[in-house]
Amino acid sequence: MSAEAGMQAWLASRVETWRQLAPQLEALEKSRNHTAAEALQAIELYRSLGRDLSIARRLLPGSRVTKALEHSYAKLHSIIYRKPHDWRARLLTLFRDEIPEVVRELRPAIVWVTLLFALSAGAGWWLIARYPELISLLASEEMINGVERGRLWTEGLFNVVPSSMLSIGILSNNIAVSLMAFCVGVFFGLGTFYLIATNGLMLGAMFAFTHQHGLGGELLKFVTAHGVVELSVICLAGAAGTMLGEALIRPTHATRRESFQHAATKASRLLVLLALLLVGCGFIEGYLSPDPDFPMISRVVVGFGYGIVMVAALTGHLFGRKRVKPAAGS
Amino acid sequence: MAAPQVTLQSITGVDVELRIAGVGSRSFAFVIDWHIRAILAFAWWAVGTLMKFGLLLPLIGGMRDSGYFLWVLLPASGIYFLYHPVLEILMRGSTPGKRMAGVRIVTRTGDIPGIGALLIRNVFRLIDSLPLAYLIGLATAMFTAQHVRIGDIAAGTLLILDSKEHDTSFARLTPANRSLDPRAADLIHEVLERWTELDEKTRGELARSLLTRVDKSLPPEQLAQLDTVELRTRLQTLLNPTP
Repeated sequence: MSAEAGMQAWLASRVETWRQLAPQLEALEKSRNHTAAEALQAIELYRSLGRDLSIARRLLPGSRVTKALEHSYAKLHSIIYRKPHDWRARLLTLFRDEIPEVVRELRPAIVWVTLLFALSAGAGWWLIARYPELISLLASEEMINGVERGRLWTEGLFNVVPSSMLSIGILSNNIAVSLMAFCVGVFFGLGTFYLIATNGLMLGAMFAFTHQHGLGGELLKFVTAHGVVELSVICLAGAAGTMLGEALIRPTHATRRESFQHAATKASRLLVLLALLLVGCGFIEGYLSPDPDFPMISRVVVGFGYGIVMVAALTGHLFGRKRVKPAAGS
Repeated sequence: MAAPQVTLQSITGVDVELRIAGVGSRSFAFVIDWHIRAILAFAWWAVGTLMKFGLLLPLIGGMRDSGYFLWVLLPASGIYFLYHPVLEILMRGSTPGKRMAGVRIVTRTGDIPGIGALLIRNVFRLIDSLPLAYLIGLATAMFTAQHVRIGDIAAGTLLILDSKEHDTSFARLTPANRSLDPRAADLIHEVLERWTELDEKTRGELARSLLTRVDKSLPPEQLAQLDTVELRTRLQTLLNPTP
């Protein structure tokens, strides 16, 4: 038999099998609960397709048959190597083990970012206390006029905008700010520093400005219930952002790309928890903080109570993580 | 220019070759997706606003109505902003636009990306879309060897070519004409696919040249007399002979 005839015979013997591939791959891709028999069948198909592709690459390089086999082989490869999924176990591992580990690794960054935020807030306060006219650079004219007339911009918010809308608006804005604080870490961490510093500066400046007009206490009252967690979350997101910058400046892997990918995957786990915490903040800021009848003591209890929940979640204790005692003698 | 490839080793010893999608395919998929989500979001807003107020108000018109906000504005924004992450997760690394453009997302090991990777990829749109019109993302995709944007680098994903034509090409390899050389069949497919784009003279020359090569039963003088319609029918018959 000539080589040409051999190839024709081989094609003829395989083509019926290949024609069944598309529906087979479709079925394998759609289902996530395969039986052991189906899994073994898929692996056998992978092997036979590998053999066919190898022959086709040799006999018919660049042909449509080879390209079609390449495509099917790559698709089956992606299906076979797909990670197993177990939602509950995955979420529990994420919240109980992985996030606390990230937080532990980020401790120094959290301290530095918080310090930067506090210093920027102090600088903002000093700036406005010294040069009050600079407030026009940081706040809108409407806000400035309101405060100068002795009225905080948060007053009447409860009556003007429904709480549900306020909550959703606030939480989406906070989530966007936190995600941004994380993402801009890609600019070697400088973006995160800038964002944290400007947020701190604005907070300090607003407090200084309202204090000058006798409304500092009112602003503190408004911020207390949600501010503890909200500001902490922004600092935590910033710390996660510095992890990206650090990975680019001092790579921990063979290349900067790998190092960045590793840091992004690790740090982004923390963002899941931060987003959930911000949902709670949005609820408090929409329903409780603008309510003038909600007493200060209750605000303190809510603010610090939620703060304790946040710490418990960050350390994993909220999700059943056991305190690990150091081994005796170590 | 051929698309860059990524070669992955597999347990069978036969490498998996993935063809990386370039900036063109990436942008094409994005433009289709953008239109779909913009149209869907606008349609939701327009229908909701008409049902609520009986006329199309400016966006700010119903902002103080919590029902309108929750049932009209919020879902419309949700459709627009969550289109990519939600569909990429549900469609295992694809979207309608990516399907139409013949691309899909895979991990660097060639498998279907998980939810975590897809979410990271989408979070970094915040950076890739800066300062406007995805300029950073486009620039990164242009200047990286594997045409990836920052979101892909962070998530460890690639956008690969995944044309659906391969699935059907098996069906076109009809066993009915087993004497036809697959390389010649490829050429006939190419000519038939481009038939309408070719001018009359080129069609005739190409078809005659192919028929001379594969259809020995046809005498040259008879071949020379065939018009383009008949030539096309002959070529189609070679691929799909009737039983």
